[in-house]
Parts: sequence; C-alpha cells; structure tokens
Amino acid sequence: MTYNDKVVRQFVVVTVLWGIVGMLVGVIIAAQLWMPQLNFDIPWLSYGRLRPLHTNAVIFAFGGSGLIGTSLYVVQRTCHVRLISDKLASFVFWGWQLVIVAAAVSLPLGYTQGKEYAELEWPIDILITVVWVAYAVLFFGTVAKRRVSHIYVANWFYGAFILTIALLHIVNNLALPVELGKSYPIYTGAVDAMVQWWYGHNAVGFFLTAGFLGMMYYFVPKQAEGPVYSYRLSIVHFWALIAIYMWAGPHHLHYTALPNWLQSLGMVFSLILLAPSWGGMINGIMTLSGAWHKLRTDPVLKFMIVALSFYGMSTFEGPMMSIKTVNALSHYTDWTIGHVHSGALGWVAMMTIGSLYCLIPRLIGEKKMYSIKAVDIHFWTSTIGVVVYIASMWIAGVMQGLMWRAFNEDGTLTYSFVESLVATNPYYLIRLLGGLLFLSGMFFFAWNTWKTLSSKEMKPITASEPADWGEHA
Amino acid sequence: MLTSFWNWYVIVITIFTILASLWLLRWTKNAGNQDDGDGSTGHVWDEDLVELNNPLPRWWLQLFYITIIFAFVYFALYGGLGNLGGYLGWSQEGQYDAEMQTAIEAQEAVFSRYRQMDNEALMADAEANATGQRLYANSCAMCHGSDARGAKGFPNLADDDWLYGDSFDAVMHSIVKGRVGVMPVMVGGLDDGAIGDLVVYVQSLSGQKADAQLAANGKKNYDMLCVACHQADGSGNKTTGRR
Repeated sequence: MTYNDKVVRQFVVVTVLWGIVGMLVGVIIAAQLWMPQLNFDIPWLSYGRLRPLHTNAVIFAFGGSGLIGTSLYVVQRTCHVRLISDKLASFVFWGWQLVIVAAAVSLPLGYTQGKEYAELEWPIDILITVVWVAYAVLFFGTVAKRRVSHIYVANWFYGAFILTIALLHIVNNLALPVELGKSYPIYTGAVDAMVQWWYGHNAVGFFLTAGFLGMMYYFVPKQAEGPVYSYRLSIVHFWALIAIYMWAGPHHLHYTALPNWLQSLGMVFSLILLAPSWGGMINGIMTLSGAWHKLRTDPVLKFMIVALSFYGMSTFEGPMMSIKTVNALSHYTDWTIGHVHSGALGWVAMMTIGSLYCLIPRLIGEKKMYSIKAVDIHFWTSTIGVVVYIASMWIAGVMQGLMWRAFNEDGTLTYSFVESLVATNPYYLIRLLGGLLFLSGMFFFAWNTWKTLSSKEMKPITASEPADWGEHA
Repeated sequence: MLTSFWNWYVIVITIFTILASLWLLRWTKNAGNQDDGDGSTGHVWDEDLVELNNPLPRWWLQLFYITIIFAFVYFALYGGLGNLGGYLGWSQEGQYDAEMQTAIEAQEAVFSRYRQMDNEALMADAEANATGQRLYANSCAMCHGSDARGAKGFPNLADDDWLYGDSFDAVMHSIVKGRVGVMPVMVGGLDDGAIGDLVVYVQSLSGQKADAQLAANGKKNYDMLCVACHQADGSGNKTTGRR
C-alpha cells in the first residue's frame, strides 16, 4: 500500500501560489491606506473590494490549502493507510480551487454578503459546503480505516477544525437568496451581529488555531526528531480549547447593542481561554526543548519556534484586548490589525511555512530543501517583516485610541478624525515596508519549492507498518 | 430580558462548562500514567513519533485556576449569568451616563462664563474663539472643510458671500436651526423648450455666455415665475436664500 501524495503535492504548490497572491493583495491595500490615490479610481481596485479579497485569499486559499494539504499528508502517515479514495481527494482539491477562483472573481466585482470573513455569496457558500463535506468524508474515512488503535493528537485537532468549520459556515451563511448574486441573512439586528461574531471568532479559533495546532503536533516533533512533551497536556488543552473558544465571540461586540450580560460572558470566557491556548504553546516549545542546539543549523525549526512564540504572544494579547476597559481603547483602531497579523503572519503563516519546509523534501524522499540558505533568508525576511508590521500597528493603534478619546475642558474633541489619519500615515508606510519584507520572502519559498520538487522524480511512498504495541488496554 | 427558560439555560450551561473545565483539569492532573517505563505513553506513529507524559506545569495549572476564580468573582460583581445582575449593578448604559455627567460638569465651568457674556464680548474673547474653532473642527469641518471653503453642495464660509446674512443672529440661526432650501418646482406649465430657454436666461444673469435670442425668450417666464423671490437681477434675498 502506498500513500496518495499526489493530492498533497497539489495542495502544497497552490499553498505557495495563493500565499503570494493573498499577501500581494495585502501589500496593495496597505499601500492604498498610505496613499489612497493608488486605487487609480478603478472600482475593482478599490479598498472596500480588495480587502475582503486579501482576507479570503490568505485565510481560505493560503491557510485553507495548507491545512487541507498537510492534514491529508498527516492523516495517512499517522493512520498508516492510504486515503480512502483518490477520486474524492481529487474532487476536494479541484473543488477548493474552484471556490478560490469564484471568490477572486466575485469579490472585486463587488458581490458580497457584507459579513466579515463570510463575504462570499450563497452559490459559492453551497459549493464550499459540498467540498467541505467531501473533505470531511475523506479525512474521517481515512481515520476510520487506520491500522493503529490510538488516534494521533494532530488528527484530533484537524478533526475538530473540519467539524466545527462545517457547523460555523452553514449556520452563519443561512440566507434567503433573491437572485444569483444577492441574498439576505435570516437573522436580524443584534442576533445577526452575534451569529456573525460567533462565526468570526471561531473561524479564528478553529481554522487559524485548532487547524494549525494539528499541523504543529505533527511537524514540530518530526522536524525536531523528539517526543511530544506531554500527552495529558495535549488532552486537557484540546478539550478545554474547543469547549471555551465557542463562548468568546461577544468580545467583538463590546459596547454595542448586544445585551450587557452577553458582553460580560464573552469577556470572562475569553480570559479563561488564555490557559487552554497556552497549553499548545507549552507542548510545542517543550517538544523543541531537547533540540535547542539544532536551532543554530536548522532554519526550519527556527520558523517553528518563532511561530509558537507568536502564538503564545497573540493568545495572551487576545484575552487582554477582550477586557472591556482595554477594548474601549483598542477597538476600531489599528491595534486590532496588529494583533490579527501577529497571529496571521507570526503564527499561521510561519507555522505553515515551517511545516511545508519539513514536508516538501519528504515528498521526494529527501529530508532537506534544495537550498537551506534560501530557507534561512526567508526566515529572516519573515521575522523582521512581522515585527516591523505589528510594532507599527501597535504604536498607531494606541495613538489612534488615545487621540479619539481625548477631549478638551469645553467638551470638544482635541483631535478631529482627519488629524488622527494624518498622524497614522507614517505608520502605514512602515507597515507597508514590513508587509513587503514578508512578501519578498515568499518568492524564495516559491523558488526553493520549485527547485526541490523538480530535482528528483516523485515516487510512490510505501505506507509504513505500524509499530507493534497491540490493542490499547 | 431573557425569558425564564433561556435565562436558566444560560446560567446552567455557563456554570456547567466552567465546572467541566475544572473537572477536566483535576482528572487529567491525576490520570494514571500509561508509562512504559521510559516516560513515554508507548504509542508510536509514522516510525518515530512518540509522546512523553510529563505532568501539567504547575504555573500553567495555577493560571487556569486563577482565571476560573476570576470568572466567578466577575460574574458576582458585574453580572454575566443571564438576567442575574452583578452586585455592583454595572451596565454600559450606566457607565455612559456617569461619564457624560462628569464631562458635562467639567464643561459647565467653561460655558457658564460664556453665558454671562454678550455677543461683542464673546467675539473679542480669545478663549471663546478657541472653543468656537474646536467646535467647528468637531461638527462643521466634515462638510464645509477644515479651511471652511466648502465643497460642491456645501457653501463656502470663508468668503464674504452670505446666503442667509452675515449678522451674528443670522449665523446663529444657520448653526442652531439649520437652513433648508425652500424652492418648489415652478415650471409645471412649461414645455421642454421653454424650460431650456429659462435655463439659458438664468445662466446669462451671472455673466455666462448665452444665446441672446434664447435668453430673451426665457426672460418672459423668469419675470413671471422667478422674480418674486430672486429679484429681477437674480441677486435674491436673505429670507429665501440668495441666488
């Protein structure tokens, strides 16, 4: 029996491609915030249309392809079986690419549901549902066929990600279609807002956290060649994470029409979420602890340790920002943008990149990328890029929050809104440079991936025999 | 307010979830090791993936406990369990009212002085002018521009052409009560040709190039329909807005 690595390879290649596309659109809109004329008065290039294109491309095209691709790689190797169906695998790949292309066309044309991270209109939503169910059948079907009794921890996280995203996607996108490109949500008012942010926050929790923790639990011990630190820590933080995350959505709606009790509930659960989130960081970092010396020579491990550090930092920052008094300052400012990117670039992108640098050479039976030097350059451009990006947004965000709330003894605002925009402008330029730096590293990634995969013919890899430890008592 | 059923639903499921986390912590903390003697669980995947079973870090456990204790303290003080309010009676509406009250009291010190001054004194007072400038930046600048030179549809306030008069009271009226154009449709009985001629005549009044014949045709209707408010030369009057 061999593994189906064809679909993995397909997903790996598009992950790199969509990463470049999504980040490039991010760089374009960052440039527009710095210099608004850069939309050239063309509707398709306007910020309001490109921004959802950027978020959808990096989350669902780059992150999604990375997650699906690695999960199909990991589930085969940790269950010691081939995927249950090559045709289904192929359908998931091409179906997901169709979703991405439909998004890339419809968003610049202005079709949107107006729900953040759920902008795509109903025909695309239905397509997503079909592809996602096929993916779930493929993944869980393979788990069911496994040749070992214990399910490896990475698969718990991938599984939670797949199930929950299905639930979130369907519930938040329930809408009444009026024509092909237009629908109305079945919820109204504050309920609609709450459903949207229940979705939005858990998209962060289950797509961008649980999914990538699954990636972490396979590729960190694989690359470090060491044991996972603590089995019971993985149990407790898995269950606590998925149970508590579900409750935290209301912190996106502090000081709004949402009832007071619900805001308080959301804040309290966001704070309880700190420890479960850090459980994953501890397990990852302690898994690397026997391999510190390898950090000097292995830039792939450097990607992973920095990703785990950013994960820990942003999962600390998140609960702090959910506290009402902090949120009163940070909400609606660029602080939020900084926070999101410390998670999205620092954790999600760097964990994906690190994992793919581990996975790609193994597709051709090697252990190292074509150029370690290029991996190292990519590591430094990414790390410096993230730091420049988030530091500029932190400063800009706190400054905006303070400027907007400052008022004089006669009750007038000390600064008009446009004054805060003028003050923010230099930080937008610095952020643009940070983003450009991060994007530039992606080209080394693409070149290195190309060189590695074309250096040797891909041969089917025989599924490894499970170790003999019998049925679990 | 939640109905009684949903209220209890929220309370029960909230407390259950937190207590379940607590139980999970205690259970995994004391869960028996499946130790193979080498500290690992004995499971092996993909040839070399193995797991140790180290105890939960103490500082991490305590962090978890602290957040759970905080949750109950916060619920007790600030509410969060459905309709059960908190001991402190906090609400965002109450917080807003309290902050507004503080701000209004602080403003009173400034505005009570202005209230005792007449128009002349106010116009001469440097502080009052500074306050006025800030009020303008807060409330007027988004339409009339930070330099007050207006925009299409928003009159220029920086020239000396005042549509409704330039006296203190007239400007006060514009700010406090606003100004709304009053002109109704006046050309109900005219055909398109006559309306075109009228447009040409109105353009000629402000010195724009206009066909003399068409303008002369238009003048007849202007003198009948428009002149009452806009004057014969088109200069208008301050009651209905000039020009």
